[in-house]
Amino acid sequence: MRDRSNQMTVGLTLLLLLSLPLWIGNSYYINIASQILIWAILALGLNLLVGYAGLTSLGHAGLFAIGGYAAAMLLAAGFGHVLAVLVALIVTLVASALFAVLALRATGIGFLMITLAMGQILWGIAYRWASLTNGDNGIAVASRPAPFGLSLAHASGFYYATLFVFLLALASMALLVRSPFGASLAGTRDQARRMTALGYNVWLIRFLAVLFSGFWSGVAGLLFIYYNQFISPQVAALTTSAEALLMVISGGSGTLLGPIVGAAIVVIMKNVVSAYIERWNLVLGVIFILIISFMPEGLVPGSVRLWRLARQVLSGKRAGAGRAAEQLKASR
Amino acid sequence: MTALEIKGLSKSFGGLRVTRDVSFTVAAGERRLIIGPNGAGKTTLFNLITGELVPDRGSIKLFGHDISTVPCRRRAHLGMARTYQIITLFSRETILRNIMLALLGLSPLRWNAVSNLGSQHGLVERARAVLARVGLDHIAERRLGETSYGERRRVEIAMALAQNPKLLLLDEPFAGLSVDERHDVQKLLLAIPREVTVVMIEHNMDVALGLADRITLLHLGEVIVEGTRAAVVADPRTREVYLGV
Repeated sequence: MRDRSNQMTVGLTLLLLLSLPLWIGNSYYINIASQILIWAILALGLNLLVGYAGLTSLGHAGLFAIGGYAAAMLLAAGFGHVLAVLVALIVTLVASALFAVLALRATGIGFLMITLAMGQILWGIAYRWASLTNGDNGIAVASRPAPFGLSLAHASGFYYATLFVFLLALASMALLVRSPFGASLAGTRDQARRMTALGYNVWLIRFLAVLFSGFWSGVAGLLFIYYNQFISPQVAALTTSAEALLMVISGGSGTLLGPIVGAAIVVIMKNVVSAYIERWNLVLGVIFILIISFMPEGLVPGSVRLWRLARQVLSGKRAGAGRAAEQLKASR
Repeated sequence: MTALEIKGLSKSFGGLRVTRDVSFTVAAGERRLIIGPNGAGKTTLFNLITGELVPDRGSIKLFGHDISTVPCRRRAHLGMARTYQIITLFSRETILRNIMLALLGLSPLRWNAVSNLGSQHGLVERARAVLARVGLDHIAERRLGETSYGERRRVEIAMALAQNPKLLLLDEPFAGLSVDERHDVQKLLLAIPREVTVVMIEHNMDVALGLADRITLLHLGEVIVEGTRAAVVADPRTREVYLGV
């Protein structure tokens, strides 16, 4: 029964996402939807570390940007999209491996500080090594690719391509977290010492998780540069890492839906609400404070908890009313 | 045949010498009880045997194979399993899932990132069989956070047993248990077949003495007395250092 209801929810959501350009119409809002999906991919990648491995990273903007820069440089040098994308993903994986080797010397605050430092180094390279990255001026990407002859030049085409990649990312995450490897990863989060005693290679499990997380961060970075057709050091800045982390934490780390909801909140606040409210940052801050105060586990698990509580209260009231009616009947 | 051979094992933390030139052997199938007052270095000795701590000096052999430099995780694959004095379980997971994690630890399946863990029926059945062995199969689906302390102690032991160890190290398996729970755990330990060598740290002499073939008394990181139950209990040094009479 519950499985069927879950399948129906997934089916309806998929239908909604697939038909979105048809009922939104306005290309501005279709682009907003594409942005949400791009940021959701980054947040999902980061969530694997934060939520499932217990490793909080503040350097994911570096992994998000490095693939984008690699692709933008190759495209600017006249290479094709296929080569640019492949090289960008390899560069991201190599950078992720380097991140992992250095950062996995520690956990907790140590891991966070090392990833922060690595992210800042990449930002510094993007900003100051102007002969390579064009510094503050950034690198323009002349065109979007046309996979299988499908044009991504317009909002709808790009949205569908992003949706396809997003669904791949989500499916791969869902598979991984439910798999034996996912259980091992969660085990390293909860009891690393015990896991070692049970025969697990905790370091290698975490290393592979950083690679997987970095890969999807790189994919999100590629979509980002194709969306904007431009990349600048701002993409690698600490604010980008912090925003991604806020998406994960506010939506609910350790859940698949949480980071997507978190990404939607941040993107909508930045792009839609900012058009109406000048101090949108303040509103975003208040929203985060409210989430952390009333749903410290994040919006998605917090909403589930409140929903269950409400159902319990309602069913309790119904049961109470039923008992009262029976007592009344008996007294008559 | 010797299951465990420890020679000249020493460990210091800064200026504090926790384990001093400890040497002893445990025969295959033997039940060895390690006793000693608090701070004697019993748990440190376990951590050295399992590889969680690296000794400053000395060697450890498991069934004749020198494992002194073998990493902790590899020792589990060589047939060594342990429980912890402070319960170290996965509190967000169900009891069944805890046991499945123990089984996965020795299986190549742990690297599988594609298949659903819940659909690994063989693994689930094996985990249920282990839980039946310790009398917890009826609450297999219960979250660990919703179980009693005594049940968690049994899960600790079940996780170690799930790995079919050749050498089982039990660190105070009776700690914090009620009288009834102690008897349950005692029965469980008595049922462990003699193919498994058991080394146990325990303070609770009422239940532990009945399980031990031989006893080793540690004091300030050194082996003070070693011998049969009767010999160690009768030794005046045991009375002076441990029993306090």
